[in-house]
Amino acid sequence: MENVTQALQGVPLNHYILLSIIIFSIGVIGVMIRRNAIVIFMSVELMLNAVNLLLTAFSVHHNDPSGQVFVFFIMALAAAEVAIGLAIIVMIYRNTNSTDVNILNKLKW
Amino acid sequence: MSISLFYFVAFLSIFFALLVIFAKNPVHSVLYLIVTFFTFTIHYILLNAQFLAIVNFIVYMGAIMVLFLFVLMLLNLNEGSIGSKSNLLKMIGVIGGMCLIITLVGSARVLNASEPLVLQTQDLGLVKNLGKVLFSKFLLPFELSSILLLSAMVGSVLLAKRDIKQV
Repeated sequence: MENVTQALQGVPLNHYILLSIIIFSIGVIGVMIRRNAIVIFMSVELMLNAVNLLLTAFSVHHNDPSGQVFVFFIMALAAAEVAIGLAIIVMIYRNTNSTDVNILNKLKW
Repeated sequence: MSISLFYFVAFLSIFFALLVIFAKNPVHSVLYLIVTFFTFTIHYILLNAQFLAIVNFIVYMGAIMVLFLFVLMLLNLNEGSIGSKSNLLKMIGVIGGMCLIITLVGSARVLNASEPLVLQTQDLGLVKNLGKVLFSKFLLPFELSSILLLSAMVGSVLLAKRDIKQV
């Protein structure tokens, strides 16, 4: 494990911030341009993971394990969220025979 | 080699994340998402957060992605069954996302956190160290998250179940 942790030395903190920003924005773009509810849901997962990576990087930077515990809680929350969300998608499919979010546009009003 | 490993894995993360949102077939999206999560696992190992790497591997790549694939197979969606948004809306979405990137990068530049990341204590992200914090300082949130998971389980069964009276 020594040589793996040596790989960490030298990567600036703001490169981790940049990576998380890019992944998070890809998730936002995915939510905006797709119509399939499941793909929108996967984009939300992408955003959650970007935040997880940033929390871990800052936890290492500040030498504080609380950040990594928070990532653990976010993962537990994501598991609950996925179960509920997919149940809702299955119910939408049963009622409208599709997972197209444009069919549900009455929710806008 | 050591620093370039991070940039290589970061490039792979961004590449597969882009493939997730641009793949036509939702099944391909799920498979690309699994690869993206695998690159995140490598990032956690590079940060020496071994506990998170294992949890990410098991919970995200194992449980959550299998759930996604299972629902996709249950719903039997074909490739052309859901049309894509119009090109104008797609363009507006991509431009809006780019604006978000520019805004966040600008604020990150003001933050000016350019010092290299140095691991001060080697066992920061190990199970032993995290377990001590989790079961002392964060004991109440830990127990509350079990209630969250239980209610999510009950709720998802209630939502996905067919109404008995209708059938």
